[in-house]
Amino acid sequence: MKFFDKLFGKKEKTIVRNQDMANTAPLTEEQIQAIVSGQSPHFDMQQLVAGCGQSVGKQRELNEDSIMALTATIAGNSGNLPFGLYLVADGMGGHQFGEIASNAAIRSVSDYIMKRFHPYLFHLKTEMMEEPFQEIMLGAVREAHKVIQREAPGSGTTLTAALVIGQQVTIAHVGDSRAYFVYPDGRLDPITRDHSLVKRLEELGHLAPEEAQNYPHRNVLYRALGQGDFLEPDIFTVAFPQPGYLMICSDGLWGVVAETDIQRSVVEAPTLQRACQNLVTAANVAGGPDNISVVLAQLIG
Amino acid sequence: MGEGDSSALRQLQSGATLVNRYAIQEVIGVGGMGSVYRARDMHFPNVTKLVAVKEMINSAPDPLVRQTIVQNFEREANLLATLNHPSIPRINDYFTIGSRSYLVLDFILGKDMEAIINDTNGFLPEEQTLGWAIELCDVLDFLHKHKPDPIIFRDMKPSNVMINQKGDVILVDFGIAKTFQTGMKGTMIGTEGYSPPEQYRGEATPIADIYALGATIHHALTRRDPRIEPPFSFAERPLRRINPAVSAELEAVINTALEYDPENRFRTAAEMKQALMGVAKKTGALARIKAAASSIGQIDTIKPLWSFKCEDEIRGTPTVLNGMLYVGSYDNNLYALNAADGKFKWKYPTNGGVVSRPAAYDSNVYFGSEDKRLYAVNGTSGKEVWTYHAEGPVRSSPRIAEGHVFIGSDNAYMHAVNINTGRLVWRFEATDAVRSTPYVLNELVYVGCESGDFYAVDFRGALKWRFHAKRAITSSATSSDAALFIASLDGMLYALDPRNGWALWRFRLGKASISSPCVVDDIVIVGASDGFIYAVDARSAKEIWRFRTEHQVNGSPVVYKDSVYCGSVDGNLYCLEYRTGRLRWKFGTEAAITGSPFVYDDIVYVGSTDHRMYALLA
Repeated sequence: MKFFDKLFGKKEKTIVRNQDMANTAPLTEEQIQAIVSGQSPHFDMQQLVAGCGQSVGKQRELNEDSIMALTATIAGNSGNLPFGLYLVADGMGGHQFGEIASNAAIRSVSDYIMKRFHPYLFHLKTEMMEEPFQEIMLGAVREAHKVIQREAPGSGTTLTAALVIGQQVTIAHVGDSRAYFVYPDGRLDPITRDHSLVKRLEELGHLAPEEAQNYPHRNVLYRALGQGDFLEPDIFTVAFPQPGYLMICSDGLWGVVAETDIQRSVVEAPTLQRACQNLVTAANVAGGPDNISVVLAQLIG
Repeated sequence: MGEGDSSALRQLQSGATLVNRYAIQEVIGVGGMGSVYRARDMHFPNVTKLVAVKEMINSAPDPLVRQTIVQNFEREANLLATLNHPSIPRINDYFTIGSRSYLVLDFILGKDMEAIINDTNGFLPEEQTLGWAIELCDVLDFLHKHKPDPIIFRDMKPSNVMINQKGDVILVDFGIAKTFQTGMKGTMIGTEGYSPPEQYRGEATPIADIYALGATIHHALTRRDPRIEPPFSFAERPLRRINPAVSAELEAVINTALEYDPENRFRTAAEMKQALMGVAKKTGALARIKAAASSIGQIDTIKPLWSFKCEDEIRGTPTVLNGMLYVGSYDNNLYALNAADGKFKWKYPTNGGVVSRPAAYDSNVYFGSEDKRLYAVNGTSGKEVWTYHAEGPVRSSPRIAEGHVFIGSDNAYMHAVNINTGRLVWRFEATDAVRSTPYVLNELVYVGCESGDFYAVDFRGALKWRFHAKRAITSSATSSDAALFIASLDGMLYALDPRNGWALWRFRLGKASISSPCVVDDIVIVGASDGFIYAVDARSAKEIWRFRTEHQVNGSPVVYKDSVYCGSVDGNLYCLEYRTGRLRWKFGTEAAITGSPFVYDDIVYVGSTDHRMYALLA
């Protein structure tokens, strides 16, 4: 903290005064830090790190989740930038080939994206890329949708994908896996919206949150990769939280471990890899009713 | 699992013949499971009898899944064979060859409703849509009354409704008959967006079809595709707010069909048909005249606080500082007026049109002219402080930051001029005329040029990155926390990473744009030459609303409090609610508005090519 004070001391005071003038509630140290670092006037190179964890859980015999975490740098318009591709897919149980669907989603999406950003891995020629990030994500998801319909008709999967380039996180999301921003000050903000019947009924006020817990159709999705002719994933771009973490997980984690426990596990662990292990353990200790998948990423500097 | 035998997935080629009878002509549709072809029935060698051949490719690796798929297919065939109704296609034949099953149906010469919606400019007329809705009620009623068991269509949506050459509706695709699984993670049957809440729980009833019909008509009348909206959100998109031409009577019927609780909907398709027939009788020209009259009535209620007449057109944008309003005119002058009452204070003559927006800073006003100069003039006296020769007509507006005036010129440079001395500090060479206004953020200056290049330049004039659009960038950038937004003559609104120029997304506008976007609450608002003002979500590039004016929108929208203000070449200044795009009021001037309004202290200032400057209450 002293280090930050030294670095941003002057700015921090200005921010505090502005906030007082606006007459809003005082911010925590961490929130101020977040604002200050967000206002960093120089666009310095940053370091992206990630960890991941996976478990079949205690009650299922089959793992129908698939994950991927790729971290690299990418040559850009103005120097090398952090590059990250983080995916969690949860195949639909009760349908044939849930695990094939989730695997096809990961395989197809990463293939599509890596061919564009890292063509040399495929012995392809490097070309000036014109497509915006969101169109690449949409193309990748639509392609995966087709692949699943072809390889495992009738099956489906969730997919929550994060493409990190520099300080931008572009999310593509279908189903009820989730992406969160985890802040050191205790906030855990879901940034995706579940495509589940229960969530929609809750949003419409037809179900109270406590009723939702025990709703019999808790697992019914209204949008899934591989299901239906027409697929409209949620795609959006947001700034990577700094300081903070990006977490992507399946409902085997978020539906089982309390938010405060998730938040503590992430912030208190010495490394991201250990944090992921702790999260998986916490879900298993709580009964492990479903497959558990988690990816954590952090932008340092 | 491998990719499978790719030849097994290939479409049939034209010229191929199935079971020695159906000569394939071309693909007319592609679904999730296979294609639909137009074919000629060769059992009628002397006449051309066309049929539609629907193909289902069974590529499932699991034998049990394969079997279920074939069973579903045969169920559809057998069901269709027993139905006799003008809105249901007749089935001629069905057969299975290897992993492909085929259904042979009457060929319908026409277009599906989704294609009609997409290919229509603007909204479909109410009478036409109403006619289809009545016919759809009729066929649903027929299916629901089927003996021994009612048939639930389960998948009513525009793409499953064909409109034939006579304009009659034909229901296609009876393929949905999957069973619903609960307990495990499952998904719904039917098409998301059109299906009612109870269908997500696995309950398919005649009343569920009524909801989906309501959703289909809602889509047809609003052009808002429910598949890209959250389910059950029709109430958030009231019919008449999006399409004011729809009668209140029809809106009421559609709302009843779309009731969340099935108890509150029509009890039968016949009952809904009755209600629609009632609308058809009640409405007519009368309802439309009333709707038009109510929107015209608002114009007269807006009176300007003051107006001021120049000797020629005002094409640019005013600015206000310390009670003074500054605006350039095509009569070569920069005018200074008292912002409170529009009284003339002074004017400063240049030798060319002043078409941009002056910048006021400290005690001076800075502005460019088509006489190739940038001027600094004292704001109270109108006395010249310095002038700078920009070597080309100046159509860009000055941007002031960190002791510099940044301005573009038609000589293809962006100039950084010392604000005190008027001397050039550096200039940055673009590939074409710079008419866009420089934008400054985090020690970088962003500017576009007429070749389509867009640059980020640091404070020493060194290029940091470059982005290229297909056509000119005349628009100026703006930014949210995480992104820069610019419009281009290539008809796109772009979101770029300000740090490195990577494109985050692009949004297709109807036509080219020179309007500079504005951002509020993560909503990007911009005009385009197709006459629309667009509002787009800054994070997801999803359209939130669009508002149609009667001519090009070349000026830039401005947000003040909860309204957006924007002029149009149709001569009106529009005031819209920025969250919904709903019209609050409009103010008509005598000629095109090409500049942007300026809003300060609850007053909107706007110039018009009718030579006048107007001040209105915001």
